[in-house]
Amino acid sequence: MRYLDEYRDAALVKNIVDRIDRTITQPWVIMEICGGQTHSIMQNGLDQILPAEIELVHGPGCPVCVTSLELVDKALAIASKPDVIFCSFGDMLRVPGSTGDLFSIRAKGGQVRVVYSPLDAVKIAKQNPDKQVVFFAIGFETTAPANAMSVLQAKALGLTNYSILVSQVKVPPAMHAILGSPTNRVQGFLAAGHVCSVMGYWEYYEIAEKYKVPITVTGFEPVDLLNGVLMTVQQLEAGKHEVQNAYSRVVSKEGNLPSQKILKDVFQVCDRNWRGIGMIPQSGLCLQPEFDAFNAEVRFNVGEIQTRESEICIAGQILQGIKKPPQCPAFGTFCNPENPLGATMVSSEGACSAYYRYARNESVNA
Amino acid sequence: MCLAVPGKITEFLDSPALKMGKVDFGGVFRDVCLEAVPEAKISDYVIVHAGFALSVLSEKEAQESLDAFRELGDLEAELNPPDPE
Ligand code: SF4
Repeated sequence: MRYLDEYRDAALVKNIVDRIDRTITQPWVIMEICGGQTHSIMQNGLDQILPAEIELVHGPGCPVCVTSLELVDKALAIASKPDVIFCSFGDMLRVPGSTGDLFSIRAKGGQVRVVYSPLDAVKIAKQNPDKQVVFFAIGFETTAPANAMSVLQAKALGLTNYSILVSQVKVPPAMHAILGSPTNRVQGFLAAGHVCSVMGYWEYYEIAEKYKVPITVTGFEPVDLLNGVLMTVQQLEAGKHEVQNAYSRVVSKEGNLPSQKILKDVFQVCDRNWRGIGMIPQSGLCLQPEFDAFNAEVRFNVGEIQTRESEICIAGQILQGIKKPPQCPAFGTFCNPENPLGATMVSSEGACSAYYRYARNESVNA
Repeated sequence: MCLAVPGKITEFLDSPALKMGKVDFGGVFRDVCLEAVPEAKISDYVIVHAGFALSVLSEKEAQESLDAFRELGDLEAELNPPDPE
């Protein structure tokens, strides 16, 4: 397929790795924010062909992983209601709540459906006027426009049986949290290309300046990822901390303005709890009060929820780049994709799942 | 989740409330919301996530980056010939 194959070209890959090799003179710790990038790195073995001086640590950019346990439990409670059709992205179904997952609700007769797009959930609402249709609106800025659009569409269609359970998170506050932590090891960032396709990268100048870290907007194919690493290493070696764009075929500095307008019309910034990490101020998006009719948390009173997290799971530390999956005592033993203890083992963007799938059992670079 | 893939717009769909189009992902076709890419034309590549087009892929930028990688690679290889083993 055009504009995919070229960016997977083996000769170009080798070319860029050689250039990184020639540039690097000392060890550097670089974080790829996005879990989709983590999987692409592992799947293509990029971590194994990069010079040993580069340690890639994996960031919190996995919406499924950071959706708070409380919201997962709310989803389970809402999906259990007899008159509800609960729609979700597929990755969410196996995410462990305090007492089960969406799969187990479906096994017990709950109507849980996997959709490709929130707009499909709106269609389901239109076709089922006697049911309440709820969409689990998780995601970073990449997914936020589609989620917001579903609400605008439901409103335009006059639907009164569509609502969304919102777990929208924002990337820049998470970068602040990681860089501001006393345990931080990250010296440079590969910024998530598709988040930036929506938001642009104007928000990152302040972060690069404040913490003196280079930030490179990076795509998802092997050539993109390696080029992102190269540009970051060039800056690190030169003592620079600029914001650069290694994904210019998709991302512009200002981002996608129509999407940003949709977000502004529908959502407002709020504090948000990240699973395993805790509350990050101003790191979430939630529906504006004028959309209360489409807010599942307002529509369904699910009462007090007592959450119970696995005691062994260290996903929070993994999501902040402090630890790697093989350092978890349960990795691959008590915890595996069939029997996950944490969301990072289920999600197609979770670091534990990537290490398990692509057999990175060794504790890399400790 | 944040994976978004390029696909080619093959037609605009007649839908009342939303601007929609049919997009070809290497032989797999899907209906995609084009509200955020008003400038998109038939045969343009769009980057699509969760049924929603996030941006129009710039073919010019794509080609220029590829050309730059190739040229720089060749040039550097010439300036820094590998050590004979
Ligand atoms: S291996 Fe399982 S238990 Fe350990 S951190 Fe990952 S998800 Fe949690």
